[in-house]
Amino acid sequence: MGSITLKQVSKTFGEAKVIPSIDLEINDGEFVVFVGPSGCGKSTLLRLIAGLEDVSGGQILIDGKDVTRNAPAERGLAMVFQSYALYPHMSVRNNIAFPLKMAKLDKAAIDKKVEDAARVLNLTDYLERRPSQLSGGQRQRVAIGRAIVREPSAFLFDEPLSNLDAALRGTMRLEISELHNTLKTTMIYVTHDQVEAMTMADKIVVLNRGNIEQVGSPLDLYRSPRNLFVAGFIGSPRMNFVKGENARSHGAHTIGVRPEHIDLSTSAGAWRGTVGVAEHLGSDTFLHVNADGIGTLTARVGGDLPVRHGDQVYLTPQEGRIHRFDDKGLAIK
Amino acid sequence: MATQNTKTLARLMMAPAVIVLLVWMVVPLAMTLWYSFQNYNLLTPQNVSFAGFFNYVYFYTDPAFFESIWNTLVLVLGVLLITVIGGIAIALLIDQPIFGQGIVRILVISPFFVMPPVAALIWKNMIMHPGYGVLADVARFFGAQPVDWFAQYPLFSIIIIVAWQWLPFATLILLTALQSLDSEQKEAAEMDGANAFNRFIYLTLPHLSRAITVVILIQTIFLLGIYAEILVTTNGGPGYASTNLTFLIYRTARLGYDVGGGAAGGIIAVVLANIVAIFLMRAVGKNLDR
Repeated sequence: MGSITLKQVSKTFGEAKVIPSIDLEINDGEFVVFVGPSGCGKSTLLRLIAGLEDVSGGQILIDGKDVTRNAPAERGLAMVFQSYALYPHMSVRNNIAFPLKMAKLDKAAIDKKVEDAARVLNLTDYLERRPSQLSGGQRQRVAIGRAIVREPSAFLFDEPLSNLDAALRGTMRLEISELHNTLKTTMIYVTHDQVEAMTMADKIVVLNRGNIEQVGSPLDLYRSPRNLFVAGFIGSPRMNFVKGENARSHGAHTIGVRPEHIDLSTSAGAWRGTVGVAEHLGSDTFLHVNADGIGTLTARVGGDLPVRHGDQVYLTPQEGRIHRFDDKGLAIK
Repeated sequence: MATQNTKTLARLMMAPAVIVLLVWMVVPLAMTLWYSFQNYNLLTPQNVSFAGFFNYVYFYTDPAFFESIWNTLVLVLGVLLITVIGGIAIALLIDQPIFGQGIVRILVISPFFVMPPVAALIWKNMIMHPGYGVLADVARFFGAQPVDWFAQYPLFSIIIIVAWQWLPFATLILLTALQSLDSEQKEAAEMDGANAFNRFIYLTLPHLSRAITVVILIQTIFLLGIYAEILVTTNGGPGYASTNLTFLIYRTARLGYDVGGGAAGGIIAVVLANIVAIFLMRAVGKNLDR
């Protein structure tokens, strides 16, 4: 079991109000990702749930039990840190065994659990090594191992992949998702990388300046962002925003069109522009087009389109894929 | 530093420093060795002659010799014990965020700035003096008989004074080591259910092991040569109760005017210091290799 409820949780550091007030419901077994730009309070929120910071107001409930004043160890949560936070002077075995040793389990039970965890995480051959003798991905797995042996009611991940290179990050992303499928335990995952959020989450919580902008499944957020911030944050490359006359003709203050929802033509279309930079990825091409009277627009087109820097092109947003926002930045339904 | 040219230049530039260091170390050592084999007494400076191993035998058979070696060991170990344990305790304390942290830290470190004879004199005359020392006042306030520290516990008194001087050094080194402990590791241990005591045993202490090694090694080098504190307080007495090897050499060479005997004692001290150094490196030096 591992449902977590936040009731009007707030946090202030001196004068600075990092989190004004947050209400959030996390169901048992869910993979929830907190995503937002740096300084949005997502890590603070995670540390509040973990108990590493005291809340300034509000309540935190785990499985319906108020744990607001409980020490971190009493909350039954396990955390994987950004720096992995392995104990450098202990072997991998002792690192994984540490929480069990602190819980005063007997030796045989500890050994069994450690070896089970090591088998799941492919660490069996490395149990006697020190963390400094491991690669980044292996250290990450040890940190996860140390978390799973405790059989916590929820896992907390604090940007666990940001110290890995791109290829390894992709692999670890898969491994964590698989782990979630196997364990079916609640996981809360903090990242600033919206790709991680989109690929892993059951539910994404988009945070900005300590406030929740929107909560929903990845495709919900992609299809119907609640406001300009979510629209701009979710999706890669970013959504194009157009103001002024073009927007007014759609009955909105601002309209947003995703790069993949723009049709490109060399002869006719809604907006005319010149190609600035063309990023050829092979499968796709991202065109940065300087559209007349609008500014720079990004369009995602097929990889084999023969356009180059300086070419004149016409862009047409696909009907029905245009997001409309009012003057307060909220989406118009 | 790749070409022949730069290598030659580098050697040329380093040469003066290396030569000065060599001369500085080798010449005194050679002179000490030379004198240790000479009959050379300042009362009869005209009768200098080769003595063979007589000086060594003379120093070795001095009734104070083994007592002084014992005293040296007790002094070094006693001070190390107090400074390492006390240093860790104080470092843990002043690592806590408190009001006026900067001033507290400077105050804690300040004993290190006081030169040894001055510190020893203050301890002798203002703190441990049986007549008008602070400790005597405290004893009288409680109606107890004031302790005559230097008469009753001469070696212990010197250990206290030297430990007071070296405590800041240990504290400073241990404090910096403490501050380099990754805060995420502490939080991880907290999440893992380790209480403050377990966090100290399993996380902080192993992290400090390197700094503790440095403290032990550096302090041992200096503590083997403690001299000024003994000179201005007990003068090695009562009897030989607070005479260490260094002070015994001083006694032989200066009070006995026996340059040869003192030099032999010096060579013996160098040999003993090296034995201590080998044992130390065996025991704790492996901590430095990590």
